[in-house]
Amino acid sequence: MSSLLEVAGLTVAFEGTRVVDGVSFTLQRGECLALVGESGSGKSVTTRTLVGLAGYGAHVHADRLRFDGTDVTGFTDRTWRRVRGARIGFVLQDALASLDPLRPVGREIAEPLALHTTLSRAERAARVRELLESVGVPEPEVRAAQYPHQLSGGLRQRALIASAIACDPDLLLADEPTTALDATVAVQVLDLLGSLKDNRSGLLIVSHDLAVVARLADRVAVMKDGRIVEAGTTDAVLQDPQHPYTRALLAAVPSAHAKGTRLSTVERPTVPAPAPVLDPAPGGAPVLAAVGLRKSFPGPDGVARVAVEDVSLTLRAGETLGIVGESGSGKSTTARLLLGLETPDAGEVLVDGTDWSALTPEERRTHRRRLQIVYQDPLSSFDPRYTVDRVIGEALGVAGYPRGIRRRDRTVELLELVALDAGYLGRRPLELSGGQRQRVAVARALAAEPEVIVCDEPVSALDVSVQAQILDLLADLQARLRVAYLFISHDLGVVYHASDRVLVMRDGRVLESGDVRTVFADPQHDYTRELLAAIPRLATHATPPPTPMGVS
Amino acid sequence: MSAFTATAAVLPRTSRIRLRPGLILAGLFVAVVVAAALVPQLLAPHDPLAIGAEGAFLPSGGGHLLGTDESGRDVLSRMVYGARPSLVMGLGATAIAVTGGTLLGLAAGLGSRLTESLIMRLIDVVLSVPELLLALVVITLAGAGSTNAMFAVAFASIPSYARIVRAQTHIVRRSTFVEAATGLGIRRSTVIWRHVLPNAIRPVLVLSTIGVGTAISAGAALSFLGLGAEPPAAEWGDMLSNGLQYISNDWFLVAVPSVAITLTVLSITVLGRELRRRSEGRST
Repeated sequence: MSSLLEVAGLTVAFEGTRVVDGVSFTLQRGECLALVGESGSGKSVTTRTLVGLAGYGAHVHADRLRFDGTDVTGFTDRTWRRVRGARIGFVLQDALASLDPLRPVGREIAEPLALHTTLSRAERAARVRELLESVGVPEPEVRAAQYPHQLSGGLRQRALIASAIACDPDLLLADEPTTALDATVAVQVLDLLGSLKDNRSGLLIVSHDLAVVARLADRVAVMKDGRIVEAGTTDAVLQDPQHPYTRALLAAVPSAHAKGTRLSTVERPTVPAPAPVLDPAPGGAPVLAAVGLRKSFPGPDGVARVAVEDVSLTLRAGETLGIVGESGSGKSTTARLLLGLETPDAGEVLVDGTDWSALTPEERRTHRRRLQIVYQDPLSSFDPRYTVDRVIGEALGVAGYPRGIRRRDRTVELLELVALDAGYLGRRPLELSGGQRQRVAVARALAAEPEVIVCDEPVSALDVSVQAQILDLLADLQARLRVAYLFISHDLGVVYHASDRVLVMRDGRVLESGDVRTVFADPQHDYTRELLAAIPRLATHATPPPTPMGVS
Repeated sequence: MSAFTATAAVLPRTSRIRLRPGLILAGLFVAVVVAAALVPQLLAPHDPLAIGAEGAFLPSGGGHLLGTDESGRDVLSRMVYGARPSLVMGLGATAIAVTGGTLLGLAAGLGSRLTESLIMRLIDVVLSVPELLLALVVITLAGAGSTNAMFAVAFASIPSYARIVRAQTHIVRRSTFVEAATGLGIRRSTVIWRHVLPNAIRPVLVLSTIGVGTAISAGAALSFLGLGAEPPAAEWGDMLSNGLQYISNDWFLVAVPSVAITLTVLSITVLGRELRRRSEGRST
């Protein structure tokens, strides 16, 4: 009995650079294998090569590449087309980008059926309904006629999965299938993928998140720099990792960690050991407060949609307030109201006791310095023409540093504060890695000498190990500078780790708020419980964790 | 067990500097034209206005490499001297058009809804008239002459630049880095000057190199019609219309300025397109 998929010595090179370097693995029928690694580890290229889509300029070499006992090494593009969609289904990360925006999803799903089967038009339509139903899409007839942009992220991903499984493939490849989804939706999609796998088909899932695959995979292969550094059953790899890289990856997952401990295992001598977590001064006056905020935006049909309703919060110096919620919950709008970038319909925002709306435009402008923001995507928050020097220099100008040696010295000082050095001064944002860009963004926020930094999903676009370093950096800086953070994230693990107090938001309202330990240990609202249950845990196969986040 | 090596089609990458022969030729030709415009006296063998003693309609060869025209003037020298008015026309008209277009586009992109629709409807009206026709209208109103011709050509191409700048301004003003600068508490006018303007005109600057070629041919067309440069001066469009009268005698008089115009416009366009290709490759 041959394996469903057999890969030996797979090497893919682009212009002489080996992106995948001697990867070997097998996948049996009825099995789920997970390829795990950070960006640039070669996991996606490996998967794409398996369906003959390595990309332009790719030099592919394999000692053995067999699918269902057939040698596919000599396949031409024409031969591949008969296999793709029919015997191998492919689910990509971004359903919105993968689905044709100009076609109803039903037609998209029917396409592989038209290509690979002899079903009539009516039979195809019936099969599309059946497929949509099987992936848990409510009202399949209605949804099939809708366009991708009219569907929610979860429904889009389901539609994409439906088109991938339309022809009952033997092998399903899923490349980061849940990365773009909210936590509760991600869990549903993962369970769906798990249920699709039966005794005669196999599932290969690619993810950067060990916790996500732990839920699904039978075996895990950890990739780094184009090689598989560790492979084994999911339990063995997660419970008893052998390779230091696997250990570092596991250590970097915030939900597996105690609050107040460092996540990153990387040595960074420039930053001193963190001070013990300071208790936020309970009696201090709030540096930022909001009372009864309300904001609505006109929808496409002209009817106002309420984005934020009756939100109140306070933030004191040296404290971190987490806001957690899924997309559309109003957390970003709340942040924009606090920053004075939007004007609330009702309620007031008090910065050090002064209401935004009580200020003249000129006073408001000079006030802005006191509240800074770190965005999810740092690259787009820098002027593309600016070097790091100018990016930070501009913020220093606002804080009253005139152009000259003092400003230059302070820029270098700030770079060192975020564990970069003067060597980065002349770089442009495009020449930095994701983590370095976020460090520069933090340095710019600090340059303005603010009392509050709003972190809007600051680590969501980063790899786990880089995410760990940024979270550690933010904690260090707070301990040293007593700056207050408003920490917005959809990731409960991250929010739990970073925050002192937390607000849970849904549909523009605050459902629950309080000390982060209390809320996570004893959630009062059903939705909070649902969110907590959706946190991907590393120890799914082990005994239930003794504490809410699986740590003591 | 079979080992194999497959190589997918290797496409030329835009990021790598790959000098194609056409690009080199275009670059060289533009360099020659620029040299001719800057120091014609070094390149031209004769005075372009001097009426030669050897006679009119001399064939090429001898003392006159490209022969002489109906007044016995050296054709090669006139061609060399013709580079300056053409380049001045091309660069001048484009500079005026880009400046005007940028101001209008910025005003439309940053102004109130009313300002924007006023400007854009006006631009729609102007755009509905072909550029050369519009230039003719302007020059009819303002009177003939090389400066007026330059302004006429510039005026006709303002709308297309304004449209691009407006669209870019809309994108840039909503971008996160503009919000970040605003969030630092920087004055709105400073944010516009530092961040919005430079980023909004980036694509226009690249496109304007292609516009230089278009403006040169438009300028030559106006001169050809007798609305541009004053007759005795050496100018390609004027040489062309002059030569046309004697085409049955001496086709060379038409061929030389035609080739000069065509090659100049072609070379500048080739360089401009390459520039655009690279800037687009980089921005993605």
